[in-house]
Amino acid sequence: MNQAALAGVKVLEYCQMVCGPYCAKLLADLGAEVMKIEKPVTGDQARSRGPFLHDIPHPERSGLFLYLNTNKYGVTLDPASSAGKAIFLELVKWADVLIEDTAPGTMERLGLGYGSLGEVNPSLIMTSITPFGQTGPYRGYKAHHLNIYHASGQASFSFTEKHGGGIPPVKGGGYVGDYDAGLSGAVATLAALYRRGPDGTGQHIDVSRQEALISLDRVDVSAAANDPNATDRRRGMLGGLMPCKDGYVMVLAPQQHQWEALVKLLGNPEWAHSEKCRDERTRSENAAELQPLIEEWMLRHNKDEIYHRGQSFGCPVGPINSAADVYDSPQVKHREFFAEIEHPEAGKLSYPTASYRLSETPWRANSAAPLLGEHNDSVYRKRLGRSEEELAKLKEQGVI
Amino acid sequence: MEEYPLDGVRIVDFTWAWAGPYATLLLAMLGAEVIKVESQRRLDHTRLRSLMTGPTMGGPNQSTVFNDINLNKLSLTLNLTQARAIDIVKKLVKVSDIVTQNMRPGILDRLGLSYEALREVKTDIIMLSSSAVGATGPERTYVGYAPTFAALSGLAYVSGHPDGRPTTLTGAIDTRVGTTAAFAILAALNYRQRTGKGQDIDLSSSEAISCLAGDVLMDYTMNRRVRERNGNHDELMAPHGCYPCRGENHWVTIAVSGEEEWQAFCKAIGGPDWAKDRMFADAAGRRQNQSELDRLVTEWTRQYTDYEVMEALQSAGVAAMPTFSGRMIPRDSHVKERDILAEIEHPELGKRTVVGAPWRLSATPARIPRAAPLIGEHNQYVLGELLGMSHDEIDRLVEEEVVY
Repeated sequence: MNQAALAGVKVLEYCQMVCGPYCAKLLADLGAEVMKIEKPVTGDQARSRGPFLHDIPHPERSGLFLYLNTNKYGVTLDPASSAGKAIFLELVKWADVLIEDTAPGTMERLGLGYGSLGEVNPSLIMTSITPFGQTGPYRGYKAHHLNIYHASGQASFSFTEKHGGGIPPVKGGGYVGDYDAGLSGAVATLAALYRRGPDGTGQHIDVSRQEALISLDRVDVSAAANDPNATDRRRGMLGGLMPCKDGYVMVLAPQQHQWEALVKLLGNPEWAHSEKCRDERTRSENAAELQPLIEEWMLRHNKDEIYHRGQSFGCPVGPINSAADVYDSPQVKHREFFAEIEHPEAGKLSYPTASYRLSETPWRANSAAPLLGEHNDSVYRKRLGRSEEELAKLKEQGVI
Repeated sequence: MEEYPLDGVRIVDFTWAWAGPYATLLLAMLGAEVIKVESQRRLDHTRLRSLMTGPTMGGPNQSTVFNDINLNKLSLTLNLTQARAIDIVKKLVKVSDIVTQNMRPGILDRLGLSYEALREVKTDIIMLSSSAVGATGPERTYVGYAPTFAALSGLAYVSGHPDGRPTTLTGAIDTRVGTTAAFAILAALNYRQRTGKGQDIDLSSSEAISCLAGDVLMDYTMNRRVRERNGNHDELMAPHGCYPCRGENHWVTIAVSGEEEWQAFCKAIGGPDWAKDRMFADAAGRRQNQSELDRLVTEWTRQYTDYEVMEALQSAGVAAMPTFSGRMIPRDSHVKERDILAEIEHPELGKRTVVGAPWRLSATPARIPRAAPLIGEHNQYVLGELLGMSHDEIDRLVEEEVVY
């Protein structure tokens, strides 16, 4: 018993796509009981986005949805109807935490704003994740991952491939910036939960996806805020991304002992002992001359060889791994980072688990993502005491 | 008196660089008392002069990078190669809740500060160790920084233009690891609140980033497909890109989702004839012909500023935002109204603008940031007030370079 970090924590999720579902997944995977509310019939938008199993679109076979909704219960509900609203309030009474991602003002219009919900359940922690937060001139603005990532500065701050010359700045791959908002929301939620304890009062948490990203790049943002003429301070740093024989490697050696390790990796060439290579400053001043010498060596070697040999000397190098490289990595295998989970429609698949190994309360895969409305019956009938006839009626009215 | 979620929680923090310190920064902004244990013997390299901190920096107390990620913390200097320093750490752990560290796996163990050793002095201690690829496995001794975590994770591979190189993103890779660490610590803290039990947490930085590319990895485990770089494009939406605007190096992102938004978009850009072309008649067509579509959208965006495009499209219900550069952020009206940035007073750097917390808690606001500590600034508080040492004792420890 009690082998889950968040056992006993009850979470209601009313979210779609990545941010909110990831926030709730983080809690579910550590043992919280998460009830996910989806729109009747169509469900979470992530169900209509790939990757799909065998590339055949199917609402129960989206890899995006499956990954983001492990260990959750799923019900369908339309809280805009009066019967749906009544059920929503009953679920709010049950919950410790509500995570929602509707546009600011939506919940209030439904009579489900924090003010109303706090009256129904004073210990409720309500976490609202929106593009720009609950206040401010952009609060009503729409934004997808692309827009938020660029509106945080992160596309401009990217280390490599400086834009200019007509090449636009580029977003981070996948939905990385949306996962960030979910993660940030989960930190704030757990802090509020800790402060509340078993019987304290709740609060409303306002998470802006834009701010989640701005906070992450705080060093670059504050550099620019304090000195509007700040130039790129990394210019001239030796190393960086380089092509090698079978892909790319990231080579870093900012500290002296790391530079010495890199020199060893390169086979101790004579040029590395010249005055130009004396310290970080001289190396960066002569980067134009030195960089090609390093790159030329890398082009003759494979990424795995560069990685393992470089690391054996203490040089922080790393290969640019594809998804296949990650999956096949002996390190990742040894740590059992991927786990198999069985799903009634998608079958047995390997899922990324978590980066933390908690000695007392390990990550767990109790169940795969819920089918659309999978737990309507058990939740509405058994938990909330609705009769079969009532359920049939709700279904007919499109409430569930 | 203000109340914070983590009032009364004390953290002994051995982390350095970016990722670990960002984890404890988040916890400090939530009210935890974070005591950074550092030493003149081997300074946190973010305190040192480098290309990152700027060539004109005047000493370890004047690093802006260090300040940005160590706000609200206290500093205690201890030379951990001395046995008496280890004793002091243990006394401190005895009155603390959490220990964090990101040295290479095994180093703290050799100093006699393993989780097992610390659990003996404080049975319910929570300890988090963060490393490049985790504390177990064949590569456990490997080292890394943000760009190598991005490289190993699979995220860098899918980031960038389709015809260009991969990108390892920004320093945010480190702070993502830090946020993950803060989450794991808070989960353990909630567990301790309920059960009275502490625990040991082993965090892999590159796995932390892999988790944020979960769907990309699922594509491989489901379909054995290696996802390639896709620039600013999307698998369903078009237009979905970053377009040049009036002015030098100004850009705007536009993402159009569904038929209704497409109609609204066409109207907002003045209903041009090309928008009625058969090849753009449905979402599939727009996506298939998106190079042509992007070229036509660019002709329109070039005539306006990034903010003009944002306003025109957002008021039509279409997602559009400028690509913010660092200098645009502090001037933006929304950023200003949300008070995302705060001004603090640093004893050596003077007035300095910093970034606040990434959330708003209605009942327990984030702590208004205090500057990062000067090195050893809180030796007296920690050794004297917390551990009850006399002035003479502390002076002697300083003289003998135990406190150093």
